[in-house]
This record gives sequence, C-alpha cells and structure tokens, in this order.
Amino acid sequence: MLEIRFHGRGGQGAVTSVELLALAAIEEGKFAQGFPSFGPERRGAPVLAFLRIDDHHIRLRCKIAQPDVVTILDPSLIRIQKPAADLKTNGIIVLNTNKSLAEARQEYGFKHTLALVDANHIAREVLGVLIVNTTMLGALIKATGVVKVDSLEHPLRERFGPMAAKNFAALKAAYEKTVVEEARP
Amino acid sequence: MAKRVGIEVSLAVSHAVQLARAEAIAAYPITPQTHIVEHLSSLVANGDLEAEFINVESEHSAISACIGTSAAGARTYTATSSQGLALMHEILFIASAMRFPIVMAVANRALSGPLSIWNDHSDIMGARDIGWIQVFVENGQEAFDHSIMAFKIAEHRRVLLPMIVNLDGFILSHVVEALEFADQDTVDRFLPSYSPWHHLDPKKPVTMGAFGMPEIFAEFKMKHQVTLMNSYDQIMKVWQEWGQLTGRDYHPVEHYKTEGAKVLLLTMGCLSEVAEIAVDELRSAGESVGLLKLRLWRPFPFAALREAINGAELVIVCDRALSVGGVGGPVLAEVRSVLYPMASRPKVLGYIIGLGGRDVPPEAFKEIFSQAQAEAEQEPSEEFYMYGVRG
Repeated sequence: MLEIRFHGRGGQGAVTSVELLALAAIEEGKFAQGFPSFGPERRGAPVLAFLRIDDHHIRLRCKIAQPDVVTILDPSLIRIQKPAADLKTNGIIVLNTNKSLAEARQEYGFKHTLALVDANHIAREVLGVLIVNTTMLGALIKATGVVKVDSLEHPLRERFGPMAAKNFAALKAAYEKTVVEEARP
Repeated sequence: MAKRVGIEVSLAVSHAVQLARAEAIAAYPITPQTHIVEHLSSLVANGDLEAEFINVESEHSAISACIGTSAAGARTYTATSSQGLALMHEILFIASAMRFPIVMAVANRALSGPLSIWNDHSDIMGARDIGWIQVFVENGQEAFDHSIMAFKIAEHRRVLLPMIVNLDGFILSHVVEALEFADQDTVDRFLPSYSPWHHLDPKKPVTMGAFGMPEIFAEFKMKHQVTLMNSYDQIMKVWQEWGQLTGRDYHPVEHYKTEGAKVLLLTMGCLSEVAEIAVDELRSAGESVGLLKLRLWRPFPFAALREAINGAELVIVCDRALSVGGVGGPVLAEVRSVLYPMASRPKVLGYIIGLGGRDVPPEAFKEIFSQAQAEAEQEPSEEFYMYGVRG
C-alpha cells in the first residue's frame, strides 16, 4: 500500500487532488481511499488531505501517520506542519518550489528523496491562475509512478469539464519538468 | 451490468437512493450528512430523479414532512446527523408507531458538547429506542447496498417500519473509494414500487395517528415490539436475495476469524475493518482472537449473538458512545444483558473508543486486546474502560 499526504492551504485544492488521484487509481483497477482532514476548514488555513492506494480493498479508517509520500503544495507550510517529520525513511517529498535541489535541501533540511517542480510558474502559464493542485499531480506521478499520466484524463474531464484540457496540460508539463533526486541521508 | 466506480461514499448513497426511485425527500443539511442530501437535491433539480425534494427549515420539519409524504403513499427518504437527529427525536417515535417505511441515513457524529462535528455513535445511541430498524455499515459498498435494501425491508407489508442505515460520518461518508454500482434494471427487479396498505386519500378517508387511551396504549406498544422483532425474518430474506443478485452476503452478526477463538472483539460500524487488521496481526502472532461485527442493531439479533459468542472465554466490546453515569457503552450493556441468561458465559469487558473523531488505528485494538486480557485475569478494576483517554 502506498500512503500519500497532501499539505496545502484551504482553497488550494488539496482535497480535489487526492480525489482525482484516487479515481485514476480505481480506473486502473486498483483500490484507493481519498479523504480530507475532517474539520471546519477555512480558506488559507493549513489543511491536509490523504490518499491510500493498494491492490486490495483498504480497511484502514484512520489518518495517515507515517506516509510514504508527502506532497507540499505551498512551501510556506513547511515550517508550520513539518511534513517530513513523520515521513518514512525511504519516503519521498514532492515540493512546489522555484528553488534548486541544493537550495531546497539547504533551506528545509530535507534528507529524503526529493522531487521539485515550479508548479506556481506552470499554473500561471498554463492555467492562468495560481492553483497548483492538478499541476502538482504531474510531479507526484513523476516521482512515484503511482498511476499512469493518462489515467488522470477522465477524472479531470469529469471534474472540470471544459477546463479539464488546461489542467491536464499543466499536469503533463509538471510531469516533464519535475526533477527527482535520491535521498541524501 | 454492475459497474465498478470510484466515488465519495455520500454520493454513492445518493445514487443508491436514486436507483431505489425514492419519490419524496425532505432533509435539512447538517455536517457530515450534507453531501448526501446536496447531491440528491441536484439529482432532483437536474431531472435525474423524479422525486419531490422538500426544503425545510429544520430536521424536526424534515422528518415531519417525511411522515406527510409517506402517509400520502410516497417512497420517502431523508438523512441526518448528530444534532439533526436529536432535533427529530420526538417525531422519530411517531414515524415508527404510525408504521411509515421511511428510510433514513444517519452519518454518525458526536452529540455536542463540547461542540463536535466529528464521528462517533452517540447520536444514534440517543435514538436507540425509537422503534426503527437500524443497521450499521462498514464501507462504501455496504452503505450503497443497504441504502437500497432498506426500502425493500421497510416497505414489506409484514414490516412497515422505518429504517436507519448508520454510516460513520467523515471517516466513511467523506472518503472516495471503489465500489460496485448495481444497474437500474437489477434494482427495479429487486425493488418493486411502493404499494402502501393505506394512504391519505380524500376519496377514502382514514384516521392516522389517533389517540392511544390507557386501555389500548400498552397493546399498541406490544404490537410494535412484536412487529419489530418479526421484521428479522424479512431482513434476512432481503439480504439473502441481494446476496444472490450481487454476491455480497450480509448477516446480523458478521464473523471474522472467529473459529476456535478464546477472545472475541466486538465492534460496530466502519472501525470493524480496522479491527480486522488487528485480528490478522494478533492471529499471526499466535493469539486466539477473532472479531464479531454487529451489523443489525435493531431488532437486536439475540440468537445470532448468543450462538456467535458460544465457547469464547472473553468478549471485548468496543463502543463508540458513552452512557454517562451508566454502565459504559450502550453495546456493552446490550451484550452483557443478552449473555446473562446463558448457562456458560464469557467474561465481558467494555472499552470506549473513538469518541468525537478520535483516531483509531489498528494498534488501538491490539492494545485493548492485551489490556483486556490482563484485566480479565483479575477482578476487573473498572466497570468499563475509556481507552487512550488522558486522566
């Protein structure tokens, strides 16, 4: 089972991300759970969203305590939520940043495998708005291979209708541009 | 053809209600039930479900309106949670006494206070004695299946009682997961349209909801009791029929790895599957433990539970609600009471878990298992135990 936790802010679409990825995994014949951190979330406040993917029916009904992957939509959350603190040793950090791998490691002290993409830039260029959730899915897929890129097309179309094509383009652009570096323990 | 889909469980429940061709829905939104009724409302507004959706100003009005539409002969549905269920309270008894086969989802949530929107079973335990049929589900598939089956059970002429499908709020209701949708043809063949015994009709006047004078009240209650207990047979028939159609079998008390188990955990709702994981791990470690999952809460499955527990030395009942000042959890009280007449009965210990959204991972059940065994070896130190609660 792969357990992924999204770190975002209310309104950034972290919950939509996990739902889309869960749907893509289910379309591939896998089993998945996508769910929000339950509570009265407010726009701009830190939020979590959770995703589990497995080859069997998933029986857990609790939060993800030790994720395999953390996806950080907004780097300003790193100091508040410390997303890497409970990440598994062989876990992966997927981060939205315009920093280089060396800069990011130095600034945030990340030792895990690190995947970076400037999702803000891609979202502005492709979508015209600074909403990075679908863009970051491209980075996550690049870093983990958890689903095929094409499996997102249908869930995106169902969710976004006429806006799906742009979101899919942003996702693919992020997939191309994401750089991944092995852990530096 | 059945179709495998990924969908939020709340939405799956609304689609089940759509497939069941509900004709009248009256509901007031409350977290975490909201997505069920929001989605039903759009299905009706978009013409995808031919039903009357009655917007009301409170849950008291929602269930009152349901009584009205059911009295008029319509297949009637509603959903609520927590404070909403509490606000319905007085009408819930009337709905069952008047024998209206309303189907309701309760997305289980704590009752305030302190103010909590999170999951536990205290809402439904406050409505334990309302005289409705009540089941608990463990996952999205079960929530979907039982939302359809409930209509067939409730509307049967030997039953004619309202029915609640309990699904855990948030930890089940708000999860996108994989499940199988039955198709419309299958549901139509399984569930014929509702044909009421009596309904409100100016051309054929009837009295509904008449006075119960002291000379008749207790007889009336007796009939309600007998009818609710007798509904058990119809529940079994409907579940079997659905099992034949879908391959998914349901039982009033579900067994998980109980063969030869000296210790039995007992749970209700979607934490049952979490407990299964703990049982798997304990069994691998050589422990003699199994799990009973109570699906049917009303009518209480006396015989099935006695049979399931027979032979065990220790039963650990995990409740999701606290009867403050009482014997602990409502399920514990029930289980002890059911087992008391048995000539040879196991020790029964009660643990309260997962109140107000407290996370319950598999490790919790493993810890409870070892704590309970230690307690059972001596004179228990408490009437019941609040698991993992800071003092």
